[in-house]
Amino acid sequence: MSDHVLVDRLQFTLTVTFHYLFPILTMGLALFIAYLKTVSYLGSEDRRLALLRKTPDERERYDSAARFWAKIFAVNFAVGVVTGIPLEFQFGTNWAAFSKFAGGVIGQTLAMEGVFAFFAESVFLGIFLAGRDRVSPRVHWISSLFIFAGSWLSGLFILATNAWMQHPVAYDRAGDRLQLDSLWGMLTNPWLPWQYAHNMSGAAITGAFVLAAMGAFFLLSDRHHEFARICVRVGVVGALIFSALQIFPTGDRQAHNVFQHQPATFAAMEGIFPTEEGAPLVIIGNPNTEQRKLESTVALPDFLSFLTSRNWTERVQGLNDIPTDRWPDSVPLVYYAYHIMVGLGTILLAIAALAVFLLWRGRLYTTRPMLWALMLAFPFTYIANIAGWATAETGRQPWLVYGLQRTAEGASPASSVPAGTGIFTLLGFAGLYLFVGILYLMLLVRIVARGPEDLEPPTTSTAVAAEAA
Amino acid sequence: MATAWFCFLAVMVTVYVVLDGFDLGVGALHLVLARNDEERVEATEAIGPVWNGNEVWLLASGGVLFMAFPAAYAAAFSGLYFGLILVLWLLVGRGLALELRHQIDNPLWRSACDAVFSLSSAALALVFGVALGNVVRGVPLGPDGYFHLGLFEVLNWYGLLIGVFGLVVLCAHGAGFLALRRDGELVARARTWAPRLTWVAAALFVALIGPTAAVRESMLTNLTDHPWRLVFPLLAVAALVVTITAQRRGRWGRAFAGSALFIVGLLTTMAAGLYPFVLPAHEHRPFGLTASAAAAGDDALTTALVWWPLGMALAAVYFVFAYRMFFRTATVRSTSAAIDQPPSA
Repeated sequence: MSDHVLVDRLQFTLTVTFHYLFPILTMGLALFIAYLKTVSYLGSEDRRLALLRKTPDERERYDSAARFWAKIFAVNFAVGVVTGIPLEFQFGTNWAAFSKFAGGVIGQTLAMEGVFAFFAESVFLGIFLAGRDRVSPRVHWISSLFIFAGSWLSGLFILATNAWMQHPVAYDRAGDRLQLDSLWGMLTNPWLPWQYAHNMSGAAITGAFVLAAMGAFFLLSDRHHEFARICVRVGVVGALIFSALQIFPTGDRQAHNVFQHQPATFAAMEGIFPTEEGAPLVIIGNPNTEQRKLESTVALPDFLSFLTSRNWTERVQGLNDIPTDRWPDSVPLVYYAYHIMVGLGTILLAIAALAVFLLWRGRLYTTRPMLWALMLAFPFTYIANIAGWATAETGRQPWLVYGLQRTAEGASPASSVPAGTGIFTLLGFAGLYLFVGILYLMLLVRIVARGPEDLEPPTTSTAVAAEAA
Repeated sequence: MATAWFCFLAVMVTVYVVLDGFDLGVGALHLVLARNDEERVEATEAIGPVWNGNEVWLLASGGVLFMAFPAAYAAAFSGLYFGLILVLWLLVGRGLALELRHQIDNPLWRSACDAVFSLSSAALALVFGVALGNVVRGVPLGPDGYFHLGLFEVLNWYGLLIGVFGLVVLCAHGAGFLALRRDGELVARARTWAPRLTWVAAALFVALIGPTAAVRESMLTNLTDHPWRLVFPLLAVAALVVTITAQRRGRWGRAFAGSALFIVGLLTTMAAGLYPFVLPAHEHRPFGLTASAAAAGDDALTTALVWWPLGMALAAVYFVFAYRMFFRTATVRSTSAAIDQPPSA
């Protein structure tokens, strides 16, 4: 692979990975902020639905919790937006050949994201942050729903684009370019529903664990008890629901998609070299691509065959039977990223289950070791999300559009964007993002240190547009 | 079909420049017009709730360019690599300075954010102008549909001239926006500066006719050969007249509308002059990308014709709703007459 392609790949890896840290929380928090606002707006003491049966005091606390989280959401959203713009631009700047080749198809979903999701998100976030003083409670509540819908819709269009790159459907060839055959076909790509559900559930897990961690932190430091309990309660229940959904059915079905449509990726993920009828499920092991075997293995015999097809003797194709020019270009990377994701997902499910058990027994708020575990668990949800995407993206290699265009063919020509140019901008992005990351953490620490009660109204710049009003 | 999408794209870019133009202009003038912390808070809060939504028009225009004319998107973005990456970095800096300014209550922090916000806004206005200037001038497209322009080749005399023009136009637009507000030192200063900047813009507008004809004669012949297209430059001229007279009479609402129309006139003139090219080559070079050559397949364009109007209608509803909410009372009533009715809510 020539230098300039490698540099383009590194730059996209850096910018997309850094960017995605923020939408994970944006999408996860949007769900829970919408939930808190809904309870606060629709709740009353005579509701049939237990979730909404709240006293006026409780409703006020839910509303104040939503306002606190909106403050974090605003900073997170701002960083997500500014780091997201480079991604769309880079399709053109660094991946011009890919844009030319596939733009006739994926241009649809990317343009739809801008037109349907971004406008709704940005406008209603402006209204939501302007605060309750400026708009009626009803408009405020509806804005929170629009932010949720906008951010999840944005995710849908991005995932539709990625699903098409993983499993291209509904296109025609016209010379050296692809053309859209049917938008409906693209949106009903069999790859899409499970990948989308798996991805959004992953974001919701992060939102839930961040909520629980914040609550646990305040309980452990003996501050803001009422607020902390709402966060812990909503957080751990959400964490259990979505951690379970993450494994079954979404993770299970997504793995089945990979098994069916990307055999080389699947073999690399699971570390399978010889083709077997009754393939083992590898729990621990190091793939050695030189000798084509897995070292220091702990494996459950026949389990992989069963998991993929509910049949103990199903044939699973190994890497040995796939030409090496169709292997992902780093098999160990795919393998480790996948195993890290699965391992962390399992541990997070266990933590969430234990926490919900303690909540049910009425002991969660006083069990300090559990609170410590909750407080420290949330960074691992980020790692699991990123590892999952690393599996999907490095697993798709050497293809940019699976089976149709190789990554090496998709980059901008070296005459337009030589490697040196790419290295310059890559370093620029690295420096800028380091600074942005530090700034983000600093601001979050300040927001948390101030806590929920003595907060200013969320973001003044966005809030007090026309003070004269 | 490609022609229809050429028009839609022109509309979206125009909306972007009209909307984000005023907040870029407010930013570029930030250090000049707003002289103490209070005024700077006022200036940033005036655009606070809407700048992000305005910027989405840039993203959406980029998305539609990608969808409708992938070949032009690929060629322009890779060929103007440094310019585009520079825009990205400026957008990151500007967005963060604006959103994070109020987060830390420290005079040094605020001053630093003010400087970043103002300089990046001015630089963006300039770079956008330079980019448009280069498109009008034409780029050295090769037979493979790609080109490469180094940073200093992008900064050629015509590109810079258009860049300066763009900066002045957006500053005038931004000052006109601040002039809409009720009262105070900041507003008074904006009302002094807006007419001056408008005059400079008008002078540059006239002065640019010659150089434009020099780099691309067809920009003018394209208009005179299809006389109906002269509507667009006439609109720009009429808008200028309206702006200047309204400013004299202190009708700031009407003046701001005039300045918005002036931008509409400029960009539509440019589009009408370039058509049928989305990305022209240097004059007398054969490889310019026409709308039909750069367009995506017919199925894609027809499909998009279904969802695009729906999305635009929704966006328009959101924007009208938000702008009415944010500006219904911030809009100034003209002191002499109540002609500039703020939209009632």
